[in-house]
Amino acid sequence: MPEVLKAPLTVEFPFTRSLGPVQSAFLTGLRERVVLGVRTGDGRTLVPPVEYDPVTAEEIRDLVEVAPTGTVTTWAWNHAPRRDQPLNTPFAWVLVRLDGADTALLHALDAPGPDAVHTGMRVRVRWAEERSGAITDIACFEPYDDSGQDAGDISEPSAHSGEFADPITGIVARARLDYTYSPGRAQSAYLAALAEHRNVGERCPSCRKVYVPPRGACPTCGLATSEQVEVGPRGTVTTFCIVNIKAKNLDIEVPYVYAHIALDGAGLALHARIGGIPYDQVRMGLRVEPVWTAESRFPDHYRPTGEPDADYDTYRELL
Amino acid sequence: MNREIAVVAFAQTDHRRTSEELSEVEMLMPVLHEVLAQTGLKTADIGFTCSGSSDYLAGRAFSFTLALDGVGAWPPISESHVEMDGAWALYEAWTKLLTGDADTALVYSYGKSSPGPLRDVLTRQLDPYYVAPLWPDSVALAALQAQALIDAGDTDEPALAAVAARSRADATANSHAQLSGSVPHGDYLVRPLRTGDCPPIGDGAAAVILAAGERARELCDRPAWIRGLDHRIEAHGLGVRDLTDSPSTRLAAEKAGAFERPVDTAELHAPFTAQEVVLRKALSLDDGVRVNPSGGALAANPVMAAGLIRIGEAAAGIHRGESDRALAHATSGPCLQQNLVAVLEGDPR
Ligand SMILES: [Zn+2]
Repeated sequence: MPEVLKAPLTVEFPFTRSLGPVQSAFLTGLRERVVLGVRTGDGRTLVPPVEYDPVTAEEIRDLVEVAPTGTVTTWAWNHAPRRDQPLNTPFAWVLVRLDGADTALLHALDAPGPDAVHTGMRVRVRWAEERSGAITDIACFEPYDDSGQDAGDISEPSAHSGEFADPITGIVARARLDYTYSPGRAQSAYLAALAEHRNVGERCPSCRKVYVPPRGACPTCGLATSEQVEVGPRGTVTTFCIVNIKAKNLDIEVPYVYAHIALDGAGLALHARIGGIPYDQVRMGLRVEPVWTAESRFPDHYRPTGEPDADYDTYRELL
Repeated sequence: MNREIAVVAFAQTDHRRTSEELSEVEMLMPVLHEVLAQTGLKTADIGFTCSGSSDYLAGRAFSFTLALDGVGAWPPISESHVEMDGAWALYEAWTKLLTGDADTALVYSYGKSSPGPLRDVLTRQLDPYYVAPLWPDSVALAALQAQALIDAGDTDEPALAAVAARSRADATANSHAQLSGSVPHGDYLVRPLRTGDCPPIGDGAAAVILAAGERARELCDRPAWIRGLDHRIEAHGLGVRDLTDSPSTRLAAEKAGAFERPVDTAELHAPFTAQEVVLRKALSLDDGVRVNPSGGALAANPVMAAGLIRIGEAAAGIHRGESDRALAHATSGPCLQQNLVAVLEGDPR
């Protein structure tokens, strides 16, 4: 069995999200160093605020300002920060109930070590220097000594219009995940053979159909395929389309033909570009063969062999 | 709801840190063949097929459509998919059978955690506005829950270590387990959770077959009848919830009829030791109940399959005659956000 192939695979996406009135006010407020909560029908203040009461599902809009100071309700010491987390030095994850709020906000607490953190400790917001209207406008929390003040005297949060100049109406949440992709046994074997300019399929032990490229299973019988079968290199165009729009980053002149090709001996068609013939002369039944470029691990395109066209009956089952 | 539905067969892979030599369908297929072989059914005999998986694990869109090759989806079958643990796929299949639209159902789920950084991958299921941009990983969130329990006096670190030790000791009887026997409790991963408090990261798959009424009796000597099945969810804001309790689990159990009579066995989907403490409290399980004789998710936690495996293990205990009335629980989301409870019974002996 050839070696199973592996390759890095990065999935990256800038998730662009619109905000409702409450989330917009909250995130814009963070940009302006103001923390807003929302009042529920039964008088509780939720921070971070949501647009619907988690208990009654009622729409809620009454914004109130709460303090940038609060109390840790639970914590966890993170000695090995991971990429994209708020701090790159060891820190505590904390849920913080800000003064004036009834619920807690998740964030990071910058502290020298786990011995310096406990549930019930007083903390305050450390603002990011550059703020754009995102939860990361709070850089983190930091310990806060308010022993000089009357910590029990928490005044009622005061109403806030939630109106700011130039409000944030959307966020872009970038996300990147790094994987190691492996196509598994069947496709690794297929790719390894392709690198030697051979096309290898796998035959179903039950219905005898030969799958190219093989994925390791017969979708008709639900059985593992394992018997390798050399197919092609020649094949027959079973159907095709004419591509008129140039793809980004693809250096192929339009129009060109993309076709389904039944390789000789294969039980279903694979798809590839057709070259070496004017696009308007490609037809069903055209006999083709792969063209390999020097370093490529797979055929660049297929071109006519010059043989007579195949009879319709020889490929009608493969359409 | 006068149709009786039972789990009549269950199969699972050996769960391993990596199965990179296999594609998802290659990993899944032996399990599908095994569960069909237990009943003598062929793919064409199955009335409804439902699966659970997540594209985020492999980092590939629509990956579940490739897995369909393994069930023989040609000629066309009646099929559905949930982007969740297979326990929720089972819920959909159970509902389908209750309506009378089908007499048998194949439910399967699988997850390969090995291609990506699982702790980071799971952050993508969090609130995208306030939480996900901070990238709090799955262990960190479970650690916040553990500390809340410790502060409340519900547990302490030695008690959590005992949960881990009991689970891995029980897992020695489970040949599919990834982690069993004496496992060092290890260093803090995110304090207060040590490596021993956390589930192994691994790849695996599972499948069950459901059947209705007399069909179930034909296919299985002692069907595991589903007496009730319910699932509930809590607010997504972690700071809104009381992390030391799981009212959604309690409510799901009540609606599933779990409290009508005592159960002898409970398969709890508690990937972290502290979560078993929460679930025992929510379900009022006393020491007379065998909890996770399979070793539970601390012994093998193939993401998206571990919940379905709890139902499968509970059913298999009834099939073997080791249990008469069992509770199975599955969870999804951070800190037990979503919870499903099934109550299974064997015929009286
Ligand atoms: Zn076949």
